[in-house]
Amino acid sequence: MVQQIVFIIISTLTLIMAWVVVTNRNLFHAALALMATFLGVAALYATLEAGFLAAAQLLVYIGAISILVIFAIMMTRRLMQTTETSFNSQWVMGAITSLVLFGVMAFVILQFWGFEPGEPPFGMAPTAPEGLIASSVEILGISLVNPEAYVLPFELTSLLLLAALVGAVVVAWPERKE
Amino acid sequence: MIPLSWYLLVAAALFCIGLYGVMARRNAVAILMSVELMLNAVNINLIAFWRYHAQPVGGELVWLGQPTGLAWAIFVLALAAAEAVVGLALLISVYRQRESVIAEELDTLRF
Repeated sequence: MVQQIVFIIISTLTLIMAWVVVTNRNLFHAALALMATFLGVAALYATLEAGFLAAAQLLVYIGAISILVIFAIMMTRRLMQTTETSFNSQWVMGAITSLVLFGVMAFVILQFWGFEPGEPPFGMAPTAPEGLIASSVEILGISLVNPEAYVLPFELTSLLLLAALVGAVVVAWPERKE
Repeated sequence: MIPLSWYLLVAAALFCIGLYGVMARRNAVAILMSVELMLNAVNINLIAFWRYHAQPVGGELVWLGQPTGLAWAIFVLALAAAEAVVGLALLISVYRQRESVIAEELDTLRF
């Protein structure tokens, strides 16, 4: 019961903050709400007993991506202070599409898994054997360097991050005046 | 005591809010922020299925702690970071040349 109340509070705050992100006219406030949303998602990971991912979410999203977004907003600041609307002409169609998509997804989810708390595995989380949650990070680390698991995607990810780093520097470099 | 469907519903709502932001916002930085929301929604789904994935062992449903969901969530996290870096660099470059990051005004490739 306490878990359910905590879950409802966290998810409500997360969704409200996400709504602020997409509707707030002031982009800087939207970026701060984005940080709050990431924090809420990290808390959801914590309720799912994925502590490592919650910490990674704090580091990568709140520590890095949000700061990057705020940098970008500050470097393009002048346009943020215009009084014109922050939505384009197709926002009605966008709203209808999103609502219909949510309706379809909610229908399918409730058809398959039901809404009521109940028996494991889908009514509540299945019980984990003793100590397995605590060692899940260890299992993850081994699988990331295991040739039969994820070593190839892992190395490709590091290559991709390097390429993104170099690419971002090249793209954002100031124009060279001849 | 939280059913799996609650997590899925929250993730679906977050995804749809992000989708609405992508389609409706004019500012390209705001569009990037909405894409980040959608990626987070996907990650919630991955972790929820990771935690609720049980297998029958001796007539009982047991969580086996396979790392698949966690590993994919980590990859999504890394890809989101790469995407944000390149996207924001592009926007800063565009802003230098056009003095604008409004998506509708960037119409060089339109005919």
